[in-house]
Amino acid sequence: MKTDRRAFLKLGVAATAAAALCPLPARAQAGRPRVVVVGGGFAGASCARALRHTDPRIVVTLVEPSATFIACPFSNSVIGGLRELSAQQFTYEHVAADGITIVRTAATAIDASTKSVTLADGAKLSYDRLVLAPGIDIKWGALPGYDEAAAAVMPHAWRAGEQTLLLRRQLEAMDDGGLVVISAPANPFRCPPGPYERASLIAHYLKTKKPKSKLLVLDAKDAFSKQRLFQAAWAELYPGLLEWVPLSKGGNVTSVDAATLTLVTDFGKHQAKVANVIPPQKAGRIADAAGVADRSGWCPIDPVTFESKLQAGIHVIGDAAIAGAMPKSAFAANSQAKVCAAAVATLLAGSTPPSPKLINTCYSLVAPDYGISVAGVYQPTGGQLADVPGSGGVSPSDAPRETRKAEAILAEAWFHTITAEAFG
Amino acid sequence: MRRTVTAAIACAWIAAATVASAEPPAGAAACSGCHPSSARGPSPVARLAGRDRAEIVKAMHDFRSGERAATVMDRIAKGFTDDEIQAIAAWYAEQK
Repeated sequence: MKTDRRAFLKLGVAATAAAALCPLPARAQAGRPRVVVVGGGFAGASCARALRHTDPRIVVTLVEPSATFIACPFSNSVIGGLRELSAQQFTYEHVAADGITIVRTAATAIDASTKSVTLADGAKLSYDRLVLAPGIDIKWGALPGYDEAAAAVMPHAWRAGEQTLLLRRQLEAMDDGGLVVISAPANPFRCPPGPYERASLIAHYLKTKKPKSKLLVLDAKDAFSKQRLFQAAWAELYPGLLEWVPLSKGGNVTSVDAATLTLVTDFGKHQAKVANVIPPQKAGRIADAAGVADRSGWCPIDPVTFESKLQAGIHVIGDAAIAGAMPKSAFAANSQAKVCAAAVATLLAGSTPPSPKLINTCYSLVAPDYGISVAGVYQPTGGQLADVPGSGGVSPSDAPRETRKAEAILAEAWFHTITAEAFG
Repeated sequence: MRRTVTAAIACAWIAAATVASAEPPAGAAACSGCHPSSARGPSPVARLAGRDRAEIVKAMHDFRSGERAATVMDRIAKGFTDDEIQAIAAWYAEQK
């Protein structure tokens, strides 16, 4: 007992001496460290909450202009008439209840040298560390003919909300026998299996409600996520209804004409009754303003801390980040958010974050009761997030229908769990 | 000089010790993407917090070897070493 107390006292002295000599961040000495998180999606909301959970002394501010978050995962079910948009909507009430200050405006500028975020109303927020989780922006101008006015006629529906409902209404208003065209972009883009899940659920809608119709998927690629599983399911469930046209067969859309709903490829023209143009994308615009996006339009990061390779003190997570082998998915965003939060807390405490391990799992529905998945485990290797050798992969190609049914149920369960962690 | 270095080492050690007590080991934070962290509401996926350590270790080993049928856990378990599995199981066993 006596020895313990003496040891404790000794440790106390050591701690005091260490504190006096250590170059701790100014904020941590004067008061509590401040972290600003920009963007309240799966990445930003999860990170803000994980920061508070990891170290309640950190003052966390979440900058997000929308009062309601509308989730993209499962929005293809909304388009296919299987789900209502209300099931995709989440508020920030519970996030705020965790003691996170929510600033309901947009961030317009960032000064990495003075560590300050400028808001749309001109106000400034100072930070000790900044986390950017801006998601994606459409790269307007990358596809000739596709601008914001064209998107009101040929929806992208790649950011959930009004665009999701517009595409659904167009499908509902179409006569039986119409041609629906989806154009899928080149890599990288948000949700790699997303265009193909969407094609599946639109095909399901057409098969059920408008069986004389046809669905064409024009692709800027020759290969895509879970391709063999999707194609096997399409052959089984939607023969003659859904046709996928790869790059090598003239799938690359080079321009569109919104006035006539025409998609032009290297090989010809397709006039659609309903056209869903999934255009090229880039990191959300604040990434550009902060100077954390490179010429690709995405943000290079350190795979251990998610700190920008271009600006010190700014971390980038979620779809905006170049995360090596990790896809731009909600699961990956949430996984990165928790690793980033732990790293930020460790850095604020003046220590070095350990090498992390991250997971991704993406479920896709090819029909309401038919799910498939891809999973991966990642670790920093040679400055990038790489697959852990021997891990990961897609659902087995010879799985029985019960497995497909189970994966459809697990997909829904995943959505409940992840939205509860981020917003519930 | 030597005093400064010693103090710096002490500083790093204290900071690391403070953070490490709350922090999950590598990989553990990712589990809650599918495994619910709150007990609210039913889920077909097991909650991990408070589960028996040996039970989690055995499940991971069985998923990894293929002994136990799985949908995604076989593919995920293959990404973790024995030591990592031990650390994750121990951490979850202590959570409430």
